[in-house]
Amino acid sequence: MTETKNTSPSAGDAPTAETRGLLPLPLAAARALLLAGGIATAASTFLAWTWTSAFPGDLTVTGYPGGLQWLTFTAGILTTLFALASYGIRGLGWLIPARNNAPLFLTALGGFGVTWYTVLAISVDLGGLANLEPGGFIAAIASLLPVIGALSLPEKATGDTKEHLKAYITKAEQIPAPQDLAPWIERAVITVVTIIGLGVFTYGIDTEYGELFIGYLIVVVFSVWALHTAGLLDRFSRLVARHRSFTLAMGFAAAIAFPFTQTDDHYANIGVNILIFGTVALGLNIVVGLAGLLDLGYVAFLGVGAYTAALVSGSEFSTFSGVHFPFWAAALTGAAASLVFGILIGAPTLRLRGDYLAIVTLGFGEIFRIAVNNMDGDSGPDITNGPNGIPSIPDLKLFGFNLGESHDIAGFTLGRFANYYLLMVLIMAIVVLVYTRAADSRIGRSWIAIREDETAATAMGINGFRVKLIAFALGAALAGLAGTVSAHVTYSVVPTPYQFAGSTPPNSAFLLAAVVLGGMGTVAGPILGAALLYLLPEKLVFLQDKSLLAFGIALILLMRFRPEGIIANRRRQLEFHETGQLDVPQTTTLTDDSATVTKAGA
Amino acid sequence: MTTMTTQTTQTTTPVLEARNVTMRFGGLTAVRSVDFTVNAGEIVGLIGPNGAGKTTFFNCLTGLYVPTEGTVSYKGTVLPPKPHLVTQAGIARTFQNIRLFANMTVLENVLVGRHTRTKEGLWSALLRGPGFKKAEKASEERSMELLEFIGLAHKRDHLARNLPYGEQRKLEIARALASEPGLLLLDEPTAGMNPQETRATEELVFAIRDKGIAVLLIEHDMRFVFNLSDRVAVLVQGEKLVEGTSEVVQADERVIAAYLGEPFEGEPGAAEAAEVEAAEAQSTISKGEDR
Repeated sequence: MTETKNTSPSAGDAPTAETRGLLPLPLAAARALLLAGGIATAASTFLAWTWTSAFPGDLTVTGYPGGLQWLTFTAGILTTLFALASYGIRGLGWLIPARNNAPLFLTALGGFGVTWYTVLAISVDLGGLANLEPGGFIAAIASLLPVIGALSLPEKATGDTKEHLKAYITKAEQIPAPQDLAPWIERAVITVVTIIGLGVFTYGIDTEYGELFIGYLIVVVFSVWALHTAGLLDRFSRLVARHRSFTLAMGFAAAIAFPFTQTDDHYANIGVNILIFGTVALGLNIVVGLAGLLDLGYVAFLGVGAYTAALVSGSEFSTFSGVHFPFWAAALTGAAASLVFGILIGAPTLRLRGDYLAIVTLGFGEIFRIAVNNMDGDSGPDITNGPNGIPSIPDLKLFGFNLGESHDIAGFTLGRFANYYLLMVLIMAIVVLVYTRAADSRIGRSWIAIREDETAATAMGINGFRVKLIAFALGAALAGLAGTVSAHVTYSVVPTPYQFAGSTPPNSAFLLAAVVLGGMGTVAGPILGAALLYLLPEKLVFLQDKSLLAFGIALILLMRFRPEGIIANRRRQLEFHETGQLDVPQTTTLTDDSATVTKAGA
Repeated sequence: MTTMTTQTTQTTTPVLEARNVTMRFGGLTAVRSVDFTVNAGEIVGLIGPNGAGKTTFFNCLTGLYVPTEGTVSYKGTVLPPKPHLVTQAGIARTFQNIRLFANMTVLENVLVGRHTRTKEGLWSALLRGPGFKKAEKASEERSMELLEFIGLAHKRDHLARNLPYGEQRKLEIARALASEPGLLLLDEPTAGMNPQETRATEELVFAIRDKGIAVLLIEHDMRFVFNLSDRVAVLVQGEKLVEGTSEVVQADERVIAAYLGEPFEGEPGAAEAAEVEAAEAQSTISKGEDR
């Protein structure tokens, strides 16, 4: 093969400046391979990959893709688009504004990953490579081509292969500033992205078998990573920052649209659970993300809300079976009960700091569960029915609209869970509003100040205890609010889910993991974290009894590679990555004291 | 540089009055019955060798420590030993090792300093009435004024952690000023600064005093202290040794002894040693004037 070492002889001071491909192929061949491989990968999905429909998704049909092949097809098309953009095709330049190779490599890797995963899964599931049709082999080879092509593109080489490989997956350092678009175009972009996002999310929830979900994760992770390295995510977040309320509105419109895209109420059930846990995680985010109080017993507040709602729901098994509050009153009662409980727990414990607070809250969380378990009339007063809980909670009725029944709206059938889903969207909207408004105010600033340096904060006149108690109580009230709905969704409340760590979702470890994984101090982070952590064990049956192990591994990997969480708060991003002046607004020109500015970053 | 001596007559009402302040940590007495006053419009220096109890005394004044004995009063009212109430009353401070809110922006840091002078609680933040917006706007305007005053207005959106050291010190002062204090306590404001930055800080302290805010500062840079202060107090092993104008303190034998140790018996002679010290002190001052 030809030597392509001397692509940049101009920068000749050190071997570090040398750029060459990891594989020795000429640039033209590399690009051609990338493009051809992308097209071939997409085309190979039209072939039959296996002979029997025993493998889920029916990959036996020649003529159109099915199941996992759709994912390969998508990845192939993405690779093709990025390859065309790297050729400089007019109209596609915006895909790679920095002209870097990382997005090419990552999309190619996504296609390779999902194809090879499928082929291997077929071989393993059905027992042997003999179960593959020629199409399967063609797909495997076709998806390998763009990876080879991408690895042959010139990239900065320091001699070390590991470092060299790293250059293929890191974000471009210099991303040219985008041209200013007209506001309506920017809004259109946000709308389109929201619709795509809804589509991707819906597809993920609707995946019918574990293999499809894994393939989906491979494609989504690599595609999002590619978009990130291309700098498109940064550009998009700049758009979002400029149209904050519009994006929020679009987000909620998309959330409302979700149940209308569902035909099976089971998926709406997943949706409503994600919303409940996302809402609770968002409440916890106030306590952990803003005020910096590590609360390991947070799920107790969800429990207080759920039990309160169950007690006043009119269930015949409730101790106050005659009491039947309308929903708004039950929701307020639940939130208020949680608030009181939060103050009762917070008042003595919030004088502690750091680890001590974490341990005490952990203790209080367990006390709640054990107390509820024992208030059965035997070991304690008869309030909660002990381990049996309060079953047969009646469905909610809002404005004469029974949420337990299916309704037809504009040709769409909304089942029971879809109804509750829409109610939860409303509750989440309230919680998001509370969160954003509280965070951006005098009280929110004092929470962050307390988190940053409690001594300095009190010396600045902040009553640390009072401010922390407000955060604790507010977080508790929001969790209680979500709890009131969750009691009705699940028909019954029992003490077991409200524990510190367990394999079924509402437990304190799950909520905390959702906040940390998604990104502390952000609105979208905890919701995304809750969605991921709920969907993974739900979709991957083999993970269900090992979900705690999986969470542990996921958190360790996250802390190693992206400690600020999937969605980074601006502050956190700077905290963990010493990149100096990331926060300098683009408009500021560093004139007279640029020397000191760079020194500060060092 | 002549301004420093003319201000000494401006003693009127006491802003800060510490009476018989004693702080014991177990068997260690860090501060021993110190009486101390700062008058309105005064700049007072507090010096002493390392470990003399200066910062402990500061912490007693600002409520971070509860003094074992004694009281601290501000403009005649006794202060409760709670830091946020002390700040509320009108005493603001900076820290020896800078304690900014590192991951907040410059402007946010100053806004946090406004905490005691604003009242908007959680409800008004959630409901966002016109009062809330007005108060936020006023706070921001006032904070920007302070940033202009210390010369950091152009960096309002930078994170505090990314500022150079000298500017972090300045920002800490601005944050303290945001609480509209009557007395500002500066704990080693020039530690780690180069001579130019120290000069700039000197100007800044004078400018703060000209706003009618009394200043009490701990400092190890003697030239800085003696240039600035109307009065200087010397704390040695938790006890106030001397208090007086720069000249009085500089000439005091006990102060010299505390910093440099007692001279030998007889040789080279106490009187001669004092002479040498005085001459040295003189030369440092004249050097200071040369600059």
